[in-house]
Amino acid sequence: MKSAVTRVAMTLVLGFVGGVHSADAQAASAEEIMERSQRAFHYAGNDAKGRLTMELIDRNGGKRVRVLTMLRRNQETGGDQKYFMYFHEPGDVRRLTFMVWKYPAREDDRWIFVPAVDLIRRIAAEDKYSSFVGSDFSYEDVSGRDVAEDSHTLVREEQLGVRNSFVIESVPREAAAFTKRVSWIDKENFLPLKEEYYDAQNELQRVFTADSIEDIPVGEGDDRRVYPTIMKRTMRNVKTGHRTEVTVNSVAYDLGLKDADFSERRMRRPPRTWIR
Amino acid sequence: MDSVNRFGPNYSMSNARAAPRRLLHLAVLLSVVFPTAAFGQEAEDEWGVDVRGFALGTYSGRTTGHLPSGSEGRALLLGEERLRLDLTGWTDAAEAEVRIKLDGIHDSVADDVDLDLREAYLDYTTGDLDFRLGRQIATWGVGDLLFINDVFPKDWVSFFSGRPLEYLKIGVDGLRARYSSNLLNAELLAVPRFEPDTMPTPKRFFLHDDYGSVTNRGEDLPDTTLGNTEIGLRLYRKFGSFDLSAYAYRGRWRSPGQRPDDPNNPTRVTSIYPPLSVYGLSAQGQALGGVLSLEGGYYDSRDDRDGDDLAIPNSQVRLLAGYQKQLWKDFTLGAQYYAEIMSDFDAYERSLPAGFAHKERYRDIVTVRLTQFLQHETWKLSLFAFYGPAENDYLLRPQVSYKVTDSLSVALGGNLFGGDDRTTFFGQFDQDDNAYINLRYDF
Repeated sequence: MKSAVTRVAMTLVLGFVGGVHSADAQAASAEEIMERSQRAFHYAGNDAKGRLTMELIDRNGGKRVRVLTMLRRNQETGGDQKYFMYFHEPGDVRRLTFMVWKYPAREDDRWIFVPAVDLIRRIAAEDKYSSFVGSDFSYEDVSGRDVAEDSHTLVREEQLGVRNSFVIESVPREAAAFTKRVSWIDKENFLPLKEEYYDAQNELQRVFTADSIEDIPVGEGDDRRVYPTIMKRTMRNVKTGHRTEVTVNSVAYDLGLKDADFSERRMRRPPRTWIR
Repeated sequence: MDSVNRFGPNYSMSNARAAPRRLLHLAVLLSVVFPTAAFGQEAEDEWGVDVRGFALGTYSGRTTGHLPSGSEGRALLLGEERLRLDLTGWTDAAEAEVRIKLDGIHDSVADDVDLDLREAYLDYTTGDLDFRLGRQIATWGVGDLLFINDVFPKDWVSFFSGRPLEYLKIGVDGLRARYSSNLLNAELLAVPRFEPDTMPTPKRFFLHDDYGSVTNRGEDLPDTTLGNTEIGLRLYRKFGSFDLSAYAYRGRWRSPGQRPDDPNNPTRVTSIYPPLSVYGLSAQGQALGGVLSLEGGYYDSRDDRDGDDLAIPNSQVRLLAGYQKQLWKDFTLGAQYYAEIMSDFDAYERSLPAGFAHKERYRDIVTVRLTQFLQHETWKLSLFAFYGPAENDYLLRPQVSYKVTDSLSVALGGNLFGGDDRTTFFGQFDQDDNAYINLRYDF
C-alpha cells in the first residue's frame, strides 16, 4: 500500500512538473480515484464496529443466513489493518471468532478460534480465491484489494441513478480471481456504487451493487464528522444465479479500539459490549 | 498421536465408572453456578440467560462383518441420540459469564440413558487477567489430530466410532488463569481431579491386549489431593509472523499402564496412571505460501526414568512438523510428519517378556488432510489419513457432509483401519472398520 501511495504521489508530482504524457496523468488520476475509494470503503474512521446480516440466496430463492459482528482498526491510514469477527448465527458456528492482521504488501496473518474444542489456529487461505463463509464475496472483497495490484483506467464519467460517477476499468497485474473489473465510483463520496467482475473467459461473472448508502455521524460540535457507509450491498453471480446480500444492522466509527483488542485473548473471550 | 505408545498392550478397562462420577460433579457445579446467576438478578444491572443447543444422532455400523466376542453392539459400533443444552448466564455487573453444556444421551446399543456434562464453568475477567473455574475443555499445541503438548484428556472411542470431532476432547475440572500483555502472555491451569483418556474396550472393539487371558481387572485412579493436582503452564507471544508457545506440564499419563500382580503368572491386572512431566515448544505462522507448524516435547516418565518398568511407558521425545496450504478455490491440503523416540530402549527390550507386543524405538506417523468445500460451503468433502511408516499401519477417515439448512446437517463418514500387524496402534483395530452417519439439528 505504502508503495502504491508513493507511486501515486510520484506520478502526480511528475505530472505537475510536466513532461509526462497525458495517458500517464490519466492513469494516475484513475489510480488516485481508486485509492480514495479504497479509503472511503475500507478505511473509514480510525476504527469501526458493525453488526452484519449476510444472506446467501440460491437461484431458487433458498436462503442461508450468517450474522456476525465485525471490528476493524486501521494501524495506519491506507496501510495495515486488523479485523475481528464474531459469529452469532448460524447455531453451529455461534461464538466462533476469526481474526485477520491485514498487510497490503504481504501475506496476512489469520486465525480462527473454535470454541467447542478451545482451539486457536492459523488458517491458510488465499484471500483472492477464498469465498468468505460460503458467500459470493471473497475475503478480498470483504477487506479490500491492494490498489497497486491492478492497473486502472478512467474510461468515462456517467450518471448512475441519481449519482454522478467515475467509471474505472481495472486489470490485474498478476493472476487474480477476475480478469477485468469495471467500477462505478461515486464522485462525491468515492464509494463504489457498482462493480462488474469478468472471468477468465472474459465474460461477466459477478456484479456488486451498493443498494443503500447512509451518512453515519460521529462526534459533536466542531468535532462532528460523517462517514458515508454502504448499509446494504449485494454480490450477484450472474453465471450461477446465486447472490449474497449484506445488510449493516448497526455501525459505529472511531470507538477508540486498541491494538491489544485484536488478540488471542479477545478471540477467546470477546468483551460483552462487542457482541451484544 | 497422544495415545500412540500408551495405547500399547493394555486398555481393557471399562469406562463405566465415568457416568455416576459425572453426575456427582454436575450437582456440585450447578450449586456453584446458580447462586452466581441469582446474584445478577439482585443487582440493578441487566442480566440474562441464553439457551441454545442441538439434537444429534450418531449411528456407526461395522463394515467388516466380524464381531468381537460378547459384543454389545452387534453390527452397531455406536448408536445414540444426544440432546445438547447450552446455557449461558451473564450480567452487566461484571465481565462474568456462566456456561453449562450438558448432553442428555440415549444409548440405543445398550438401551441406556445417561448425562454427559461436557463443560460447566464460570468466567471472570478483571484487568489483564481472565479466569475460568469449573469443567472446561483445554487444547494446546499446533498438531492436527497429533498431540504433543496437548496433554488433556481425549475420548478415543468417540474419535474411532464416528461422533463429531468435538467429542474427541474431554473437559477437565479445574481453574485456568490467563495473563495477557504486549510482552508475554501466560496461561496457568490447575486440575485437582484426574481424568483419564476414554479408551476402546473389548465390549465394542477388537483390540490387542498383552494380558488378554487375565479377566480379573482393576483400576487405580489417583486420589484427588493437593499433591496430585496437575499443573500446566503455557507462555506465549507472537514473534514476527509466528505464534510461539512454551509449555510445561506436571501430571500423569492419561492412558493406563497395566500392572500385573505377578509378572510371571498374572492373575489380576491393574490399570495405573503413572506420573508424567512434559516440556515443550511450538511455533505456527504464515510461511512458504501457507501455514507452517512446528512442535516438540520431552515426556519425562518420572517413575520409570531407567525405562525398565514394563507397566510404565518410557520417557520419550516427540516431534512434529506440519504444513497447510490452499491449492485452489475452497480446497486445502494439510500434511504432517510426527515422530516419537523412546528413551532407554535397551532397558525396555530387556524388560519385555516373550510373547508381548514389541514397540519400535522410533515410531513415526505421516498425515494428510484434504478438504474441499462445494456449493457455497453447503457441501464439504474431506479425508484425513494417518500412515505409520515404522509399523506400516494406517487409519483413513473420509467424510462427506451436507448442510440441508442452516440448522440441519448430515454427515457420512468412515474409519478404516489396517496394517501388517494386529499389535500396532492402528493395526489392532483392523476389524473395527466402520461407517457412520451424523444427523444434527441446531436450535
